[in-house]
Parts: sequence; C-alpha cells; structure tokens
Amino acid sequence: MSIWEYANPHKFMRWSGRLLPYVSAGAAILLIVGVAWGFFFTPDDFRQGSTVKIIYLHVPSAMLAINIWVMMLVASLIWLIRRHHVSALAAKAAALIGTVMTLIALLTGAIWGQPMWGTAWAWDPRLTSFLILFLFYLGYLALWAAIDNPDTAADLTAVLCLVGSVFALLSRYAVNFWNQGLHQGASLSLDAQENVHDVFYYPLLFSIGGFVLLFVALLLVRTRTEIRARRLHALEMRERMQN
Amino acid sequence: MPDLGKYAGEVLTAYGVTIVLLVILVWATRARSARVKRRLEEAEARKNG
Repeated sequence: MSIWEYANPHKFMRWSGRLLPYVSAGAAILLIVGVAWGFFFTPDDFRQGSTVKIIYLHVPSAMLAINIWVMMLVASLIWLIRRHHVSALAAKAAALIGTVMTLIALLTGAIWGQPMWGTAWAWDPRLTSFLILFLFYLGYLALWAAIDNPDTAADLTAVLCLVGSVFALLSRYAVNFWNQGLHQGASLSLDAQENVHDVFYYPLLFSIGGFVLLFVALLLVRTRTEIRARRLHALEMRERMQN
Repeated sequence: MPDLGKYAGEVLTAYGVTIVLLVILVWATRARSARVKRRLEEAEARKNG
C-alpha cells in the first residue's frame, strides 16, 4: 500500500479520528508536567534569576514557529507536485497555529529581554527575521481568505510559502550567519558545554514535547475541519446550481 | 507559589499571555470545527432528504 493513500480524505478522516484522543491526552499530560515542573520545581538561574522560567514557553513556541513553516513548505510542495488536496488543506490548517506560536515567541522574548538585555526589542538578525516570519504568516492567512477558488488559493499560498521559507531558515540560523546581535545561540545543543543545565533541560524537554503534541492535535482537528468545509462548499455550490 | 523575586511581574506576564493565547487558539479551533460539522450534517440531510 502506498503512503499517499493515507492522504485520501476518507482515509485521513478515519485514521485521524482514531488518533486524535491519544494525541490530545498526550499533549495535555506533557504540557502540564513540563510547564508545572519548570514553573514550580526548578531553581532560579544565577544570572537570569526567575526569568529563566520563561524558557519553558519561549523555546518550544520559537521552535514550533519555525518548524510549522517548514511543515507548511513540505505540504505546499506536495500540493504543487502531486496535487493532493489534503496536503494543501493541512498547510492552511497549520498557518494559524504557527502565527500564534510566533506571536508567543515574540512576546515572551520581549518580556524576557526587557530586564535581561535592557530592551524589549532590538533590530537584531534573529529578532528581525522572526518578525518578518510573523508578517509572512499573516500574509499567508490573508491570501487564503482573499481568494474564493480553493485550488487557486492553494497554488498562490504555496508560492508565498516557498518565498517565506527564506525567513524561516534565517530565523533559525541568523545567529550563526551573522554572529552578532543580542540573541544568544541555541538553548538546546548536542554539545554539553553549550547545552542548558540538566535541572532546566528535562522539564524543557517535556514542555517541548507538550507543545509539539498540542500542535499535532490542533493540526488534525483543523485539517479535518478544512476537509469538511471543502465538502460543505461543494454541496452548497451544487444546491445553488439546482435552484 | 514559588518566590519569583524582583522579576515576578515579567514571569507571570509571560505565562499569562501564553496561556490566554493558547486558550483562544484551542477555543477558536473547537468552535469552528463544531460549526462546520453541524452545517455539513444539515447540508447532507438536505441532499439525502
């Protein structure tokens, strides 16, 4: 059986309906454990004080903001190459979640930056590319809303997604490219010298897992809604033709 | 409640903003899902009946 059969709308509705309760429960458990562990049971950092607790929100949301756009890029390419409707609808479904994650990353970063950097905002390479990524998310949502024909909207938003991918990658690698600005390097690293201390690392892993599963659960619900909305649109068009 | 020291305002604001945005996102997702599902069922019933 080909992997593409899972992208058939009927099969997608069946398997996603079965999976959804488990993913939702996993998201709730990991989020509560990760965030509560980080907030209540981790010590203050010797330099950052209690603001270190903001990493349990900022790091997962920033990771998702970038990776959701990458997921939308893959789904858009599948749409452009293979014309699978579910992939275009999944990209559309992910966009609002990515917008909210980018907004959370920008806001929590600004709240943390005010006491730590002495400013809530700087035109730093990573911060600026993140702001542009946020504007691309808004543009992507606006383009879907502005075009009535779903296939045309999927084509044009897929092209916008390809262009915006430059800023998604810049958001991730700006610190390495320019090696300047206020924003520090990655909090999670395979290099033990650069990685955060274990006392912060383990709750952060739970929090990241919770945010990822929350994204998957919301993505499944929103994609199922888009599939139903597409069917509803077709039925209403048929009714109008008959009347 | 842990002692957040002089940064209590910043930490609580960050958690508050995040929780509010996530709750709105989940609520909006569920509300639209329920609305579209109901409208589709009505349209299917009209088509079959």
